[in-house]
Amino acid sequence: MTEKKGKIYGVAGPTVLVKGMSGPVMNTVCLVGRQGLLGEIIRVKGDFATLQVYEDTSGISVGEEVVSYGLPLSVTLGPGLLAGIFDGIQRPLEKIRLAAGGFIPRGIKIEAIDRERLWEFAPLKKKGDPVEPGDIIGTVQETPRIVHKIMVPPGSSGTITEIKSGMVSGKEHVCMLSTGKSIGLFQEWPVRIPRPFKSKLPPTTPFITGQRVFDTLLPVAEGGTAIVPGGFGTGKTVVEQTIAKFSKSDIVVYVGCGERGNEMSEILSDFPALSDPASGLPLSQRTVIVVNTSNMPVAAREASIFTGITIAEYFRDMGYSVAMLADSISRWAEALREISSRLEEMPGEEGFPPYLATQLGIFYERSGKVRCLGADERTGSVTVISAVSPPGGDFSEPVTQASLRFAGTLWALDPDLAYRRHFPAVNWLASFSLYHSELGGWFSGNVAEDMARLRRKLFTLLQRQTELRDIIQIIGVEALQESDRLTLEVANIATESFLKQSAFSEVDAFNTYEKQYWMLKAIFAYMESAEAALRRGVYIETILENPAASSLAAMKEMANEGFSKKASELIRDIESEFAILDEK
Amino acid sequence: MAIDLIKREYRTISSISGPLVFVEKVTGASLGEMCSVVLGSGEKRTGQILQLMGTTAIVQVLQGTSGIDPEAARVFPTGEAARIGVSKDLFGRVMNGFGVPIDGLPPIIPDEYLDINGLPMNPASREKPDFFVQTGISAIDGLNTLVRGQKLPIFSGAGLPAKELALQIVRQAKVAETGDFAVILGAMGITSREGFFFRKSLQESGALERTIAFINEVSDPTIERLFTPRIALTVAEYLAFERGYHVMVILTDMTSYCESLREIGSAREEIPGRRSYPGYMYTDLATLYERAGRLKGKKGSVTLMPILTMPDDDITHPIPDLTGYITEGQIVLSRALHRKGIYPPIEVLPCLSRLMTLGIGKGKTREGHRAISDQLYSAYARGIDVRRLVTIVGEEGLSDLDRRYLEFADEFERKFVGQLDEDRSIDATLDLGLELLKSVPEGESVRRK
Repeated sequence: MTEKKGKIYGVAGPTVLVKGMSGPVMNTVCLVGRQGLLGEIIRVKGDFATLQVYEDTSGISVGEEVVSYGLPLSVTLGPGLLAGIFDGIQRPLEKIRLAAGGFIPRGIKIEAIDRERLWEFAPLKKKGDPVEPGDIIGTVQETPRIVHKIMVPPGSSGTITEIKSGMVSGKEHVCMLSTGKSIGLFQEWPVRIPRPFKSKLPPTTPFITGQRVFDTLLPVAEGGTAIVPGGFGTGKTVVEQTIAKFSKSDIVVYVGCGERGNEMSEILSDFPALSDPASGLPLSQRTVIVVNTSNMPVAAREASIFTGITIAEYFRDMGYSVAMLADSISRWAEALREISSRLEEMPGEEGFPPYLATQLGIFYERSGKVRCLGADERTGSVTVISAVSPPGGDFSEPVTQASLRFAGTLWALDPDLAYRRHFPAVNWLASFSLYHSELGGWFSGNVAEDMARLRRKLFTLLQRQTELRDIIQIIGVEALQESDRLTLEVANIATESFLKQSAFSEVDAFNTYEKQYWMLKAIFAYMESAEAALRRGVYIETILENPAASSLAAMKEMANEGFSKKASELIRDIESEFAILDEK
Repeated sequence: MAIDLIKREYRTISSISGPLVFVEKVTGASLGEMCSVVLGSGEKRTGQILQLMGTTAIVQVLQGTSGIDPEAARVFPTGEAARIGVSKDLFGRVMNGFGVPIDGLPPIIPDEYLDINGLPMNPASREKPDFFVQTGISAIDGLNTLVRGQKLPIFSGAGLPAKELALQIVRQAKVAETGDFAVILGAMGITSREGFFFRKSLQESGALERTIAFINEVSDPTIERLFTPRIALTVAEYLAFERGYHVMVILTDMTSYCESLREIGSAREEIPGRRSYPGYMYTDLATLYERAGRLKGKKGSVTLMPILTMPDDDITHPIPDLTGYITEGQIVLSRALHRKGIYPPIEVLPCLSRLMTLGIGKGKTREGHRAISDQLYSAYARGIDVRRLVTIVGEEGLSDLDRRYLEFADEFERKFVGQLDEDRSIDATLDLGLELLKSVPEGESVRRK
């Protein structure tokens, strides 16, 4: 490691100009000034290097020293990540709390993961085995839920000359290779470089959120990307948190990027108490939290999503399905803009730097389902779901538009729905999913043959609802044709009883695909029976007063288990109730 | 400010631009350091170093640069960050926007001096806010419940009674558990009439002895406004986390604050963002708003209620927009309701309290609170839809049911929202809500059990 030194020449906001550093290397980290603040070189010009500093720069003076060790900004990966809470540059916030109390002092340095802690290492390879990058040499039971796989880091291979078993700490090696390279429990990885894999795979399985409007109408694939734009108060954060809580992924990496501190405290206090629906173990045991709230330094906010996705990729490489939730990518873009503006770069649209879309693309493309490195051909995935906060709720702004180009699924949030307390406030007509065709095979094989047909039918019904609502605005509901009034009624039932879902109700918060399918079945059975009755000559009023509609509303609060049986009974009841209605 | 520690003196002002002076040949100064600027006449002003580039320091002068002669003026860096002296003796006092007493009484003797920028609260140290604060206002308590440690702004328009509402909340605010309650008022760019109104109202309500006021009026220096909320929040943090008070901070008017921010940005020739407000305004506002909260192991709390004026009642204007993205909800005032004579004119549909769920329910407010609130929202939203419909098809085109919703919406606005000066308990609020809901049919509201 070569040490390079320079002197501070200028300070403006989160950027520092350094003079006289011989041969500064782009994107390497430095320690800045007396307080030893962490910074990264983001521009080199002649004798000057510009740094973005990951901590508040107040109190820095011209002439103070800057030291570079020539290393890129990296994260530490290994056992101890899970249930952790880190800031944007992977400083452990819980340990900072224990060391410093309520506030984060400047220049505090604590290792990201405790290297002293002992872990029970169970080897899977033995002396003499040849290994290649990505091979799993052994495992550590990190939490009761998650087995942490110790992998040969990218770039290393050879024959094992020594391998340990039993309690080891992060400071020692667990394995030696014939090349003389030692492998420990931990590895370092630069955050701005995607971790390598063998090949990308097409997204053919859905990422199960348990939310009806997403899973049924607007699915995202495992390894896909979804964006959730919406003005303030439309429920982006609740969507992200609901997915963090209930989605069927192995690992969740939650990045709170430039958002609210109190929301994070909610997550921190709720997650250990909530159990994940699959294993029944506390949610925190599968979760890594990276948080750089809006009042924390802006450069660390810029780094936070890269820190998060690198951790997500690391777990993907073990063969896990990982959900990477970013709330919100707009705050990251604003951090980029703020730094760009301090560099006096020529601004693009809305003051964002011209490379905004490129950078966003690089981030989104780190999602994906991959064949991992290693001889065992395992697969893993990172699904990215990022909230976007468009100013004024106007989706034409650059961050939303750039994100749309990379996203496979759009969940557009709508203030009108939010005002009515219809959550998730997804505007189903303005949103899209590009994964329908890729997931078609999975749906017909794993849910039901006619799942895709029911989904299309629901779309048509919702489309018609919008048209009819427009007509009512002009002529009033009484003037509608009877068949249209019925269609509207069914559409309203679908909206209220299917699309609307409470994240706060224990039963309603997570629905299996089976339940979603049977709910749709019941709603359309109601529609068909009612239509038949109407054709037979039953008054529309009689049909609308039929209490069957309220039994559809009650479906939400029925458990996933045994739902198909209850729904079949419900369908039979509805059919017989309509069959006995008197004609005119 | 400890000005007696002066060691250095610069007579090297090279240029003056708006509120900024550029000082050359500066060595050893640090970012954010306070300076005193002494004019040729001997007048002393206060400045702060905003930027350092080589030996040039950019200093913003709080009282403005008018009358500064670059030849004669001298700049003295003090070696100190911007700090405020704090103590419990601040109660009952009125200071200017920079913390200097303007009530004719001598300065306090502080227990300690604190950096007004504070430090970011560690998210892992935050305690989840879950204490209900009863404001006595139905539209807030019933529908958008305020929780201790929350930041809940009031979005107002020119001429709407936001200040009256804020004062009513200060008068009425109660928490279930008794504790020391303090109010800090940070007023930026208010008119002298408003300043008089605030002081008088606080005095009359007997709230003055638990209040600390920092008042910057329209005629006071604009740059001072950038310091006022920071000073107010520093005192709030001190009282909350060192002295165990439950502090309610009212900041008004954030619009004036943001305008000062824009003024500085433009004087520094920064690349402007939306409506020429600086691109870092989100971060800047966040460093203020995020200072609200509770800390693990500490008794007190900081609850923040910023008031802002939406220019032209436009909620998408950058100031309300960025505020809404940072705060935990918003209370929106409506001109239409105000014209109808409804006070407080709270337009409930766009209002939101993100932390409501944490503060309501059994043992906090009452079981079933959420259901009542949701039903009121749903029925009122439908009533508003019908009202829109009436303007197109006329009342004759309405169904019976629609007519009932229309009536509900009117009653809701008149009785539930328009409570005037009444101080309503949470039980009275919820009972009234249930009473009103009786007029909309059972079974119509899907959520009703």
